[in-house]
Amino acid sequence: MINKIRIIFLLTLLSSVAFTQESVFKYKKLPSVSIKDVKGQTFKTDSIVNNGKPIIISFWATWCKPCVRELTTISDVYDEWVKETGVKLYAISVDDSRSMTLVAPMVNGKGWDYTVLLDPNGDFKRAMSVGPIPHTFLLNGKGEVVWQHTSFSEGDELNLIEMVKKLLKGEELK
Amino acid sequence: MNKLTYFVLGVVGAISLFPLNASSQDLLKGSEVHGSMQMDAAYYLKDNKMGITDSTLGGKLIRMNAFTEVNYSLGNFTAGMRFEAYLPPLTGYDAQYNGAGVPYWYANYKNDFIDITAGNFYEQFGNGMILRTYQEWTLGVDNSIQGIRVKVMPFKGVTFKGVYGIQRYYWDPYKDYNRGIIKGFDGDVNLNELFAGMADSKVKLTLGGSIVSDFQQGSTKSITYDGKLLSLAMPENVANYGGRFNLNIGGFNWQTEYAHKINDPNARNNYIYKGGNGVFTNLSWSQKGLGIQVMSKWIDNMSYKSDRSVVNNMVDINYLPAITKQHTYALASMYPYATQPNGEVGISGTVTLHFPKNSPLGGKTGLAIAANFSQVNGIKQVRLNDSTLIGQTGTLGYKSTFYGAGNQLYYQDANLEVSKKFSKKWKGAFTYLHQAYNKDVVEGHVDQYGIVYSHIGVADLAWSITPKHNLRWELQGLWTKQDKGNWVAGLVELTISPAWFFSVMDQYNYGNSDHNQRLNYYLVSAGYTHHTSRLALSWGRQREGIICVGGVCRYVPATNGVTLTLTSSF
Repeated sequence: MINKIRIIFLLTLLSSVAFTQESVFKYKKLPSVSIKDVKGQTFKTDSIVNNGKPIIISFWATWCKPCVRELTTISDVYDEWVKETGVKLYAISVDDSRSMTLVAPMVNGKGWDYTVLLDPNGDFKRAMSVGPIPHTFLLNGKGEVVWQHTSFSEGDELNLIEMVKKLLKGEELK
Repeated sequence: MNKLTYFVLGVVGAISLFPLNASSQDLLKGSEVHGSMQMDAAYYLKDNKMGITDSTLGGKLIRMNAFTEVNYSLGNFTAGMRFEAYLPPLTGYDAQYNGAGVPYWYANYKNDFIDITAGNFYEQFGNGMILRTYQEWTLGVDNSIQGIRVKVMPFKGVTFKGVYGIQRYYWDPYKDYNRGIIKGFDGDVNLNELFAGMADSKVKLTLGGSIVSDFQQGSTKSITYDGKLLSLAMPENVANYGGRFNLNIGGFNWQTEYAHKINDPNARNNYIYKGGNGVFTNLSWSQKGLGIQVMSKWIDNMSYKSDRSVVNNMVDINYLPAITKQHTYALASMYPYATQPNGEVGISGTVTLHFPKNSPLGGKTGLAIAANFSQVNGIKQVRLNDSTLIGQTGTLGYKSTFYGAGNQLYYQDANLEVSKKFSKKWKGAFTYLHQAYNKDVVEGHVDQYGIVYSHIGVADLAWSITPKHNLRWELQGLWTKQDKGNWVAGLVELTISPAWFFSVMDQYNYGNSDHNQRLNYYLVSAGYTHHTSRLALSWGRQREGIICVGGVCRYVPATNGVTLTLTSSF
C-alpha cells in the first residue's frame, strides 16, 4: 500500500511538472533527426522551414481515422490558409513498414498539398515526445514551437488557423 | 523500490527547478526538457453473463499501467529515461509486467559525422525484417536494446550503423547469459546524395544491407517431443542477413528487401533446423487524384528472437509486418490478421481515388473512393521423407520452394470505402468489407473453428451543428454463419471543439447461437483535451478480442468496468 501511495504521489508530481509550461519546456528549436521523404530521400528535421512564416507540423498515420479527418478537413481550406497567412503544413507519417508505402499513394490519391515525411520507427516522434496521434504543433517563423494540441474533432481546424493569425499579429497564444 | 523512488524524485525535483536556474546558469542556457506521460487505470466489475468473476480478475479490481518519460537536451547532447509502473497490469497484459521501475534510459551525443547512444535505444534496419526494436504502449511491446549504438556518416548519403546489446524482457535483469547478446551492422547508401552528378536525377536509388548475429549460450538443449526427451545441439550464434533497395522515379516507387536466417531451432518453429527466408516487395504509383499500391510478402521460418524459448511478443529482434489493411471500426476489426512468422505468402493491393469539387463525378463537393484487397495463404511445405512429419522437432522440418504458396487460406479481405461531402453541414463515409479469417491459424487453435467468413457494413455520418459542435454516428453490422454469429453496433459521438467529447456505443451480438451470450457491449465515454493533455473516462463492457498494431497483436479479455486514461506531453 505504501508503494502504491508513493507511485500515486510520484505520478501526481510528474503530471504537475507536465502541466507547468515554463520556458525550459518550450521547443526553442526542432531536434535534428534523420527521416525520409516519400521518394526515399533523407530529410533532416531541423530543415523544416518556411521563410520566416508560421509552420504546422502534424503527426499522423494512414490507419488513424481522426488524423486523416484532420488532414482532409484542412485540405479543403489549405489554399485559403496559405494565401492568407503563408503557413506551411508538414505531415509526418508514423506508419511503420506495414503501411509506409501506402502514404504517397494516399496523399496523392486524396490530393493533399502538404510536405509529407516518413518516420517509420518513430525517431522524430520520440524526439518530439509525441504520444497518441494526431498531435499538431504550431511553430513561429523562427522555428520555435509556440502551441500544440493532441486529438482532432471537427472545428479544431478553426482554432488552429486562429492561432496562426494570432501568431502573425504577435498576440500571446493560449 | 526505495532507491528508485528517491532517484525518480530527485530527477523530477531537478527538472522542476530548471526554470529557476536556467537564467542564472550559463551551463543550462539552451537546454530543453521534454517528455510525456500516460496513465491507464481501471476499476473492474464482476459480470456473471460475461463470465468475469473474482478469480478471473485475480482478486485485483483496481489496476493501472503508467509511464513517464523525460528527455533533457543541451546542444548535441541528449539524455532521457522512462519510468513505468504496472500495479498490477491491466487485464490482457502479461502478469510479468507487475512492478515498477526504469526500464529505459539513455545518453546520446551526435553531430553531422557521428551519433553515439549508450543505454536503451530503438533502431530499425531497412524495413525491419532483420532488426527492429520499438515500443508500442497499447500492446505492451517493448523490445528495446540496452547497450551501445554508433551511427557514422562518413560521406553525404552514406550511413553505417552498429548495435551491440541485450533486449528488454519485462523486468527480468540480464545475468549469466539468460538471453542473447545482439550484434548488428547496417549500411545504407543513397546514390543521389553520394554522387553529385546524380543529385538532380529524376531516378532516386538507395541501397542497403545488414547483418545481425544473436549469441545465446548453451550448445545443447533438452526438448520433450512425442513423450521422449531429446537432447538437441543448439547453434550458439544465429545470423540473419540481407539486402534491400528503393527505386523512385517521379510518382513511381519500388522497394524490395530480402533476408536469410541461418538454422535457428526455437520454441516458435518447434525446434527445427531449417534456415529462414523472407522477401517483402512493394510497388506504388501515384499522381494527383489517383494512388495505386501493390505489395507482396513471402516468409518462411522467420521468427527471430534473442531468447529461443520465448513464444509471446517479447524479445523479437526482427519485425514482420502484416500486409493486410488495418481497420479501426469496431466490427471491421473483430477478425484482424496477425503475421504467422513460421510461414505465409501474401499479396495486397490498394487504390485511392479522389474526384475533386466541380468535376463530373465529384459533384459540387468532391468524392473519395478507396478499395483494398489482400490475401494470405500458408506456404507450401513438403515432407523431407516418409518417416519425418512436417515440422518435426530435431529435424530440418520440411522442404519449401521460393514463393511457393500452400492451399491453406489464412486470411482474405476485400473492402471498399466511399467518402462524400453532401453539403457544408453533412458528410459521410460508407464501407463494405468481406473477410475470411482462419481462426485456428491466427489464434493458434487446432481444427476447432475453421474459417470465419463475414460481411461487414459501416455507415459513418457526420453533422456539423455549428462549426465547433459536431455530431457523428456510426452504424455497423457484421454477418457471419460461423463463430459468434451476427452483430450490430451503433455509436453516437458529440464533440465540442477544441476540448470536449462524449460518446455512447453499443455492440450487440444478436446472432449468437447461444442465447445466453446475446449480449450488449455498451460503452459510455467522455473526454477533455487541453493543449497536449487529455483525460478520458469510460464505463462499460469491452468484448473479448484482439488488438493489433502493425502485424503484432495482443489478446484482450472481456471486461466490465470504469477506465481512466490520462495522457500528456510537454
